[in-house]
Amino acid sequence: MTISNASPVTLSTLSAALHNRELSSVELTTDYLNRIERHSDLNAFITVDPDSALKQAEEADRSIATGNPGPMTGIPIAHKDIFCTQGMATTCGSKMLEKYISPYDATVVERLKQAGAVTLGKTNMDEFAMGSSNENSFFGAVSNPWDKNRVPGGSSGGSAAAVAAGISPAATGTDTGGSIRQPASFCGLTGLKPTYGRVSRWGMIAFASSLDQAGPITRTAEDAAIMLGIMAGFDQRDSTSVERAVPDYRATLDDSLDGLTIGLPREYFDQGLDSEVGDAVERALHQLQSQGVRTVEIELPNSMLGIPCYYVIAPAEASSNLARFDGVRYGYRADNYQDLNELYCRSRTEGFGPEVRRRIMIGTYALSAGYYDAYYLKAQKLRRLIANDFEQAFAHCDLIVGPTAPTTAFRIGAKTHDPVSMYLNDIYTNAANLAGLPALSIPCGLDSQNLPIGLQLVGNYFDESRLLNVAHRFQIESDHHLQQPTKV
Amino acid sequence: MSDWETVIGLEVHVQLKTASKIFSGAATDYGSEPNTQACAVDIALPGVLPVMNQEAARMAVVFGLAIGAKINQRSIFARKNYFYPDLPKGYQISQYELPIVAQGQLEINVDGQLRSIGITRAHLEEDAGKSVHEGFHGATGIDLNRAGTPLLEIVSEPDLRTSAEAVAYLKKLHSLVRYLGICDGNMQEGSFRCDANISVKPRSSSTLGTRAEIKNINSFRFVERAITFEIERQIDLLEEGGSVIQETRLYDADRDETRSMRGKEEAHDYRYFPDPDLPPLLLSDQFLDQVAASLPELPEARSARFVSEYKLDPGEATKLVDDRAVADFFEATVKDSPKEAKRVANWINGEIAARLNRQNLTISDSPVTPDLLSKLIQRIADGTLSGNTAKEVFSALWEGERDVDQVIDDKGLKQITDSGTIESIVDEVLNGFVDQVEQYKGGNTKVFGFLVGQVMKRSQGKANPKQVNELLRNKLG
Repeated sequence: MTISNASPVTLSTLSAALHNRELSSVELTTDYLNRIERHSDLNAFITVDPDSALKQAEEADRSIATGNPGPMTGIPIAHKDIFCTQGMATTCGSKMLEKYISPYDATVVERLKQAGAVTLGKTNMDEFAMGSSNENSFFGAVSNPWDKNRVPGGSSGGSAAAVAAGISPAATGTDTGGSIRQPASFCGLTGLKPTYGRVSRWGMIAFASSLDQAGPITRTAEDAAIMLGIMAGFDQRDSTSVERAVPDYRATLDDSLDGLTIGLPREYFDQGLDSEVGDAVERALHQLQSQGVRTVEIELPNSMLGIPCYYVIAPAEASSNLARFDGVRYGYRADNYQDLNELYCRSRTEGFGPEVRRRIMIGTYALSAGYYDAYYLKAQKLRRLIANDFEQAFAHCDLIVGPTAPTTAFRIGAKTHDPVSMYLNDIYTNAANLAGLPALSIPCGLDSQNLPIGLQLVGNYFDESRLLNVAHRFQIESDHHLQQPTKV
Repeated sequence: MSDWETVIGLEVHVQLKTASKIFSGAATDYGSEPNTQACAVDIALPGVLPVMNQEAARMAVVFGLAIGAKINQRSIFARKNYFYPDLPKGYQISQYELPIVAQGQLEINVDGQLRSIGITRAHLEEDAGKSVHEGFHGATGIDLNRAGTPLLEIVSEPDLRTSAEAVAYLKKLHSLVRYLGICDGNMQEGSFRCDANISVKPRSSSTLGTRAEIKNINSFRFVERAITFEIERQIDLLEEGGSVIQETRLYDADRDETRSMRGKEEAHDYRYFPDPDLPPLLLSDQFLDQVAASLPELPEARSARFVSEYKLDPGEATKLVDDRAVADFFEATVKDSPKEAKRVANWINGEIAARLNRQNLTISDSPVTPDLLSKLIQRIADGTLSGNTAKEVFSALWEGERDVDQVIDDKGLKQITDSGTIESIVDEVLNGFVDQVEQYKGGNTKVFGFLVGQVMKRSQGKANPKQVNELLRNKLG
């Protein structure tokens, strides 16, 4: 068997092919390594490690031969470069960690390794996950495979571009304000941000600790269910991970949608939403209605305050989380310094890019004496109100649906000089992070420029099964997720 | 009386005696090779997360209950942000708005006067590493072994008025945390460190004066001297019409003075905020009950019991309970012969304390165990040994002998109680010292002691002194 370019390759088809010995993991891995090479112009990867990947593939083949394979044995995947990988560079998209090699694996990496997945390499990202376009990477911007002049979204832009271009069957991502869902939306993929605490953050370089969550970026909801089943679970090394059994996400994928109620937040269909995106979302809702769901209008009155709330809390936490990058123990250190203060200032000024420096400054300001109450404390109160809105909404519906992002992928460079317009990309996504709720983006059509449009589903706490179930049933009855960029 | 009143508040950092660090699994042993006890969490590698050591929380609760404090069943860890090379994360995890231990108090005794000193709060936090300036040719080395060691910072109310009170408070605290088994109390190794906030104000004034903070004073003697110096400095300054500036000062023991650390310490804004990596520390009723049940009898109660149960003097009892191991030693020794309690207390507070002190040992190192001491005291009680011969036996036991009766036999120290034997020695003496006998009979009763001495000498100290006295008196008429 060769891997077809005609229709997207899913984890389940690859798994079946490997189990039936139609191809070996070494063949498969070699093929993906070649694809990565061919599409190096996308700049989707920061590090590719063919030797290590092939070694893992050989091991996977042995384990398939001895009849003891795991759920992802032999399947190549890519990790966002925010996850620590033992022996392979972990840069977080920053000059600060350009040469940093972690002595340990992140829990997410460890679990996928144990499940038999083969790591192809590490994907490009906005520096320290700060960005919505992947243009803030020290290693350069990433191109969207649907249109190479456009951004793939961010911050998990490399992961999304790699899966969309078919140069990795699936990838991990992280989502602090939309960093899995918005790139999934821009690249025509399924991207899931789980409930806060569902996936361990151990070994995932922190941006904003109370918002960060890891999740899968895949072709289909079924693939997301497979990946999440492996990634999720309690980890005693992360005190914020939740001790709660992981359901079999695949088992409920086919459940009927009859009688489900979908809430439509009035606020998400307001001005600012691109009309083509709005139309695609409407069509998706019609389809879901035809599949048995009922829709109700709901209100999330504080959700539009999510952006200011988010852009206080996330930078505040980041300013503290990034203090460890001081040039003393590891990472970038400036060459010439006269004293300790200069060592700090120069190492951090030279080692961090402008967006990271901007957020450190915003966050430091928000936490300063005299401003703390007005900014940080007020943002925390707002966060509580936003979570309360959702709680009230979920009294009337099973899940909430709307657009993932206000527009489709924009041109590289279009928003780099306007941080606020860049921040507004997260307008529909960051409320789920602030409330800690699970949310997923699936493709729901293409716009007139042949760019993918994303549909966002937000679930109640730990209701990932329901999100995946609805997404899967939607995908069975539609072909949006099967669309591929023609140019690659 | 001076016109000035001094106000002192103390912040004490107590290193908790946990086996591993407060937020990581690394060991906390002192004096290991630099950076061999610092794991990925302690050196703040990218991606690591803290996990609370429950044992540190238990110890904090033990302390809180012992000082009758309110325990916050929900306390919050916060980040104290500042840059320093020995602070790997760029922030210290501490507790700010909601500490684990709230208001409590400690009773101190200064020259027989009891005073209750308020304790504002006690909170959990992690220690920083150490900067090492020697041996790096102008550069600075960083040792992160200490980074993440659990500390309980105990903050007093500004209730202390003199350096003597401050020292009494510190000694009481020092004794208590060791007694509770939550700190080894080793001040040289930094297990018990003190910062003092000092201000003076006119006695008539109700507003506090501007305070200076003296950092990291590591012995009781230095605390006393540093505070005394600082009080005088501030009073002199004010009397000369100057004013005290709020600043951090360092005590220089060699020059016996405090010095400004200005320039080193800039005005810090620590930007405290709740640590999002750590959920609130929640303590259940059941947990608090368990800790309360496990609490040892506290020093005050135990000392009072020693007085009532064993009829000890309050002073003796207080001395015994100063160190829980010593009090335990005492009770193990008197367990079979409670009537000898006073004698036991004398031996422990006297001979044993002196020898331990001389050899710089603790009670657990004492070669004379409670069993041996008990046996020795039985032999005094039953008349086998006199006070002097008992000391000889004690020395032998200290040197490693393990059998009291064997030592008595080997050294021939058994007291002579046979009246016939004693009588013949008495007769020998009376015959040998005719002049003295005459003097006695002539009214010089002082000679009696001399004659007793001669009998004891001839019996090599073994004759029962009571019998010797009686016999001599009878024979001399």
